[in-house]
Formats: sequence, C-alpha cells, structure tokens
Amino acid sequence: MTPDPALLSDLRAALGADAVLASAEACAPFECDALTAHRRSPDVVVLPRTAAEVQSVLRACRHHGTPVVARGAGTGLSGGSLPVAGGVLLVLARLNRILEVDPRRRLARVQPGVTNLEISVAAAPHGLYYAPDPSSQVACTIGGNVAENSGGVHCLKHGLTVHNLLEVRVLTIDGELLVLGSETGEAPGLPLLALLTGSEGMLGVVVEATVRLKPLPERVELLMAAFDDVRRCADAVGRVIASGIVPAGLEMMDAPAMRAAEAFARCGYPTDANALLLCELDGLHHDVERDLQAVETLLRDCGATALRVATDATERQRMWSGRKSAFPAVGRLAPDYFCMDGTIPRRHLADVLQRIGELSQAAGLPVANVFHAGDGNLHPLILFDAGEPGAVERAEHLGAEILELCVAVGGTITGEHGVGVEKLGPMCTQFGSGELEAFHAVKRAFDPDGLLNPGKAVPTLARCADYGAMRVHGGKLPFSHLPRF
Amino acid sequence: MDRDGTDDLLAHVREAASRGAALRIVGGDTKRFYGRAIDGVPLATRGHTGILRHDPAELVLTARGGTPLAEVETQLAAHDQRLPFEPPHFGPGATLGGTVAAGLAGPARAWAGPLRDYVLGARILTGDGRVLRFGGEVMKNVAGYDVARLMAGSLGVLGVLLDVSLKVLPRAAAERTLALELDEAQALEHLASLARGALPLSASSWIGGRLYLRFEGSTETLDAVTARIGGEPLPDCGSFWASLREQTHPFFAGEQSLWRCTVPGLVAPLSLGGAPLVEWNGMQRWYRGVADAAAFEAAAAVGGHATLFRHHTDAAEVFTPLAPPLLRLHRELKRVFDPAGILNSGRMYAGL
Repeated sequence: MTPDPALLSDLRAALGADAVLASAEACAPFECDALTAHRRSPDVVVLPRTAAEVQSVLRACRHHGTPVVARGAGTGLSGGSLPVAGGVLLVLARLNRILEVDPRRRLARVQPGVTNLEISVAAAPHGLYYAPDPSSQVACTIGGNVAENSGGVHCLKHGLTVHNLLEVRVLTIDGELLVLGSETGEAPGLPLLALLTGSEGMLGVVVEATVRLKPLPERVELLMAAFDDVRRCADAVGRVIASGIVPAGLEMMDAPAMRAAEAFARCGYPTDANALLLCELDGLHHDVERDLQAVETLLRDCGATALRVATDATERQRMWSGRKSAFPAVGRLAPDYFCMDGTIPRRHLADVLQRIGELSQAAGLPVANVFHAGDGNLHPLILFDAGEPGAVERAEHLGAEILELCVAVGGTITGEHGVGVEKLGPMCTQFGSGELEAFHAVKRAFDPDGLLNPGKAVPTLARCADYGAMRVHGGKLPFSHLPRF
Repeated sequence: MDRDGTDDLLAHVREAASRGAALRIVGGDTKRFYGRAIDGVPLATRGHTGILRHDPAELVLTARGGTPLAEVETQLAAHDQRLPFEPPHFGPGATLGGTVAAGLAGPARAWAGPLRDYVLGARILTGDGRVLRFGGEVMKNVAGYDVARLMAGSLGVLGVLLDVSLKVLPRAAAERTLALELDEAQALEHLASLARGALPLSASSWIGGRLYLRFEGSTETLDAVTARIGGEPLPDCGSFWASLREQTHPFFAGEQSLWRCTVPGLVAPLSLGGAPLVEWNGMQRWYRGVADAAAFEAAAAVGGHATLFRHHTDAAEVFTPLAPPLLRLHRELKRVFDPAGILNSGRMYAGL
C-alpha cells in the first residue's frame, strides 16, 4: 500500500527525512519480530530520537487516522509488533539513553529503547541489578518489557516486570503524556501502571521508565538434580516450595529438551535421566546455607538419582548455559519449531506433560518441554518441518490443543510471551465474550479510534466465532465444568 | 465454608442499576472512614464468604470477597505462610474484598511490595450486573489486560470483588527488631545508608526519637545483622508493629486529622508541623492536625502525594487531585465497568 503523502510529509517535517523510511527495501527488515512465521512489510517506518518526536508521530497518526505499531528491538515471540496494513511502524530503538542510575534511591530511569541487560550493567558498579531477566535480555528493550510484562527465570522470587516498575511515562494516541506510578511506586487513583504493563502497546507508548534496582545477592548457589521419572521431579518442585523455601530460580527440562541442550552447550547434564531440575538459591550467606541443605535433603527424599552443587560461578554459568540455550538447541532437532507459553498450577504438571506426550504422538510431531517450574510457566517446543505439506497447520493445531489443556487445568495460554497475533484464537478459549468485550472497552477508553496496534492481543467476537470454540461447543467454552481461573 | 451469595449480590446490583440508585459496598465496615464520604444503600458482601482454594505448594489462595481477612490469615498461618504486604484490618470484621479494594499495606510494604503485586486474579460484579473473571490462579499470566490488578485500591468504584486470588509467601524463619536513638533527619540518613547493603530489612519506623528496624531470616543471619547494626533489641516486637499497622499506637489517638504522605524515601523531613511517624524507609510519613492544602502541596513539591486518611469532614477531598488527562481516563474506565455510576461513586473522586 502506498503511504498517505500528507502523512509522510507531516512525519518528515517533524522528524527529518532521514528518520522516516518509506521505500520497500528500507522497510523490509522490520517485517516481523521474533515470531517469524508472521510477516508483513510496513509501509512507513519512523525512527524518532526523542519523546517529543514520538509525540509528533502519534499526533500525526491520530490526525490522519493511521494505525501505528510501536516496536522496540523486535524480540517479541507473539507477533506483538508485527506491522499492520496501511500503518506506521514506530521504532523506539533510538531512545536508548540511561537517564539516571541512583544507588541511594535504588532506581534507574531509562528511555524505552535501553536494553534490559544494559540496566543491570549500568547498576553493577553500585552492587545493584535489574531483576527481570527474559532470555532475550541482551537485545530486548525495557519499553518492550513493559508492553509484554516480561518475565525470565527468576520471577517466583524476584518478580515480573510489573513488580519492578516504579513509574512509567506513556504517550496516548492523542500525544498526551500520562505519568503512571511514581518513584515510590504509589500514585493516587487507580493503579493504571499495572493495567498498562503487559498491554502489548494497545493503550499507550512508553517513552520513559523508572525501574527498581535490587542489591546483588551476597551468595548464589545452583543445584542440579536428575530424576528417572518426570512425575517424581514434578513432585519435588512442589515439596521444595511447600517447605517454605522460595528459590531464585527453579527450572525443569524433560529428556528431549535436556539432551538437546547437552548436545548444544556441553554443560554436563546427565543425559540418561528423564527429567532435570535446576534450583538456584540466592540471598544472605547463612540463609542460603540453610536452604541449600534443606533442598538437598528434600530432593534426595524425592528420589533424585544424582545431585550436584556448582562449585563456583564458572560451573554455575555452565549449568545455566544449557537451560538458557534450550530453545536454539531444540531448534536444531528440526527445521522449524513453535514455542508455546502456557502457565499451569504446578500440581498438574505431571499430568499435563503426559497429556502433551499423547497429543504429540497423535499429531505425529515431537515436543520437547522446558519449564519455569517455580512459577508454573511451561514452554513446550513443537518440532516440525514447514516444507512438509500441512505440517504448519498440524503444528498450530497441536499448539492450540496444548494451550486449551493449560486453560482446562486452571492455567493460562500465555505466561510471558504475550498474545500478539499468535494466540488470538486461544484467547477465545480462555475468556468469554463478556471479558473480551470489557477488554475492547478498556482499549476504547485509551484509544477511541483503535489506532494503537490494532488487531492484536484481544480477538474480536467474530473471530472467536470463526475459531470455533464458542460455536462448536454450543455457546459453551470447552471444559466448561472446570473453574475458569 | 462455601456460602456463596453471588445471586443475591447480582440481584441487588441489577435492581439498583435499573433505578440508577447509588450503592455503598460494605464488607466488614472497618474502613468506612477511608476515602470521600458517600451516600448509598449498603450492599453487604459478608454473605459471600469462604476460602475456595489454598494449596500451599502453589503459593496461591483464592477466596470469596466477603471472607474475613482473619480467616484467610489463619488458614495461611497453619501452613507457615502469610500475606507479605501485611494488610491492616482496622477492626475485627475486615474482609478480603475490602482489603483488596482499599489496597492498603502494612509495615513490610517497602520491602515486600504493595498489595497489587500479589493480586493474580479476580472475579468481579460490574455496576451493570455482569460477572467477569480476569487474571487467574497462576504466577505468570499475560493473557488480556491486567484488570484484576486494576482492582487493587480501586475502592469499589469499578466493581464488587466476588473472588480474589492472591500470591502468598512463606513466613520468615525468625524476626528481630532493633531500636536506635536518632532524630528524624539522622534516621532518614541512616536508612539511606542501610539501603545500599543487602540487609534482610522487612520494616522500619521512626517515632519519638527512635528508629525501629525489623529484620528477618535465619537466627545466624539475625545475629550477624545485630552485630553490624547495633541498637537495642525490642522485646515483643510483634505487638509494636501490629500497633502501627492497626493504628492503635498512641500516635494515632485523638480526633485530629490524620495525613498520610507518600514521598521518595530520601526526602528531608517535611515542614508540616508536629513530629511525624515515618515508615517504609522514609516513604510513608504520617502527620496529625495539618491544614488540608498544606499536606497536598508539601508532598507534591517533593514528588509524592498525600491522603487525608482519617478524621476529615464529609465535604473534604481526601486524595491528591489527578492530572486532567488521568482524571478523564479514570472516568472512561468507570463507564466501562459501572456505566450507571452506582458503585461507591464519589468514594475516590467526585463523579467517579
């Protein structure tokens, strides 16, 4: 589609010609985020350098009735920053300055294009760090983290993005500045900072974030435990948590994921085991010592066949390297894979893994499972070959079945990757028409004309009718006897 | 234990909505003083009670809005768990729904985080009689807008809380409170210096020339902290912190207006007259008998905000006014969930 010349002229006047890309070649690199199965080349890409320029872009889009999609580093896994037809792609990567790191107030104030890891690097000389650590932290930006409420492997103890934000400055589609939260994390009125976090760029555009910094832990220990049975490993997770210990990280892998990670990273995983548990403890010296002993005893009681505590930071990093490279490692097993992102109550873990195994067999597509066991966030990786006729559809169908299973046991279709364009269908399984209508109404409260990232995150009721969940089950959602929480 | 009253509540709300009649949501009626004075027919939630699920290994508890807060805390304590934000009861009948709607937290707030950090899901009854469920019972959930968390501190202006799911955490192995003789400015400076180290602080307060610091962890950790910090261990520290949380401490006695200022922790003592009670690493400061506008202005001047917490006239504005674009958004959101404007309308701001 050819961009509206009047809009282009307004954008160029506001940003300078070099910050407005409109040729097909210049726009092509922005055709997708990390969900590469969905691509659409934007008509216009703008690269503002300041919040004032972002404001000009939004006002121009509002004036011309043009949709606008905000994008950070493009590391999103659900197509949240996929360009929309006839729209402007608003790239915030140039707003990349760390404005302030204050060790006394334990906070950092940054522009949205600053990467997650840059904050921790800047805080490190003060003995502080920014806790949420999504696996893309080298590249992903804080603006995107706010939009997705990003997690990581340390969420159970150290929280998601929403728990580590103090204040966010947001521009509405009208170009109006909203200051949400405050340095104290509290503000009068409704907690709109929480509502905005995870809203996938549908309600406003983040132009500045103030985040909480935490002191680097005095001591960190990492335990690796092998189990010959997934169920025993899953039970061990519940026992550790119920014992009153909150690990900094508690990660589980099934045999296919662990073997792929070992082959990829050579990190010393016991490839003859059927499940692997990584348990990281952090905190003060004596507390970690006490918890370490307790966890070791518990894991042995639960039938761990091998147990190892990393002797130093180097070994700890090596043990983590397998887990952290699990996605690319599994990715080597097949030409393509889909990464699912359901969260379930932990008590259903063994049953859910068994059922995923059955669904995988029925679909004829292998699945490897990586699991943030501490907070119940499951990442089944569906392996397929897109070159094989019908394989993409079968993989998508299997993915939808897995997400429906997560909802059926009381979980959710997305723990940390967002809905984007990828999970619009499964949203119809998780929510009824009342909730979906409320979401659309919330969006209209911020963005009456629906110009900010339209078509993402919340499906239309018509789409849900097409998706079939409501129609096929006679107006009832699948598994309607189960509490839908 | 399952005494569901959803149908009753639904019938009441629908009936009131059809007449446009104002409702005042009442749980245990322990926080009636909080917020602007409003009229309205009481909508009692106490019949909608019961803990629905609590599996200690999941660190999640789900209960109906009318469940007594005390019942929730007793259930958690039986499994050595707690609500980390230490919510105030302000009376024996406090309910879980009222607690979430008020959004208040006790002494641990500056370290454990606010109440909203622990909200995982909620089922709400809207002002036009819809029953909607947001969030869930799992720690990580980014499906749909986080409307459940929006209910934290919403004062009932968006909906009646039917069920709430909260993240809970284990209780500390042990606690110890140390007291140091310092004036207010020295106390704030001392807190700032402590903030740079990885200390297991879980509460702080400065009152009457003494800084009280509560630490938690293993006995070995607490001994190490005591050796480093010095000060005098406070006997029966549980009742001391409870007296601050529940406002039964002598500081809160009498009928003078009670102001709560929330300010960046390192801000120097505010000139509001009278000695304050300072909590939350300096972030929460209580004052008695301040002339109304003075507290709003003093807090705003240092990047904070103020609340006229108790002992105000019926006509008083009690919360810091919102910037115009924010107020407009609040009104739009009110229309989404309570189009007839019947639920606790005016409790937070006029016309909301």
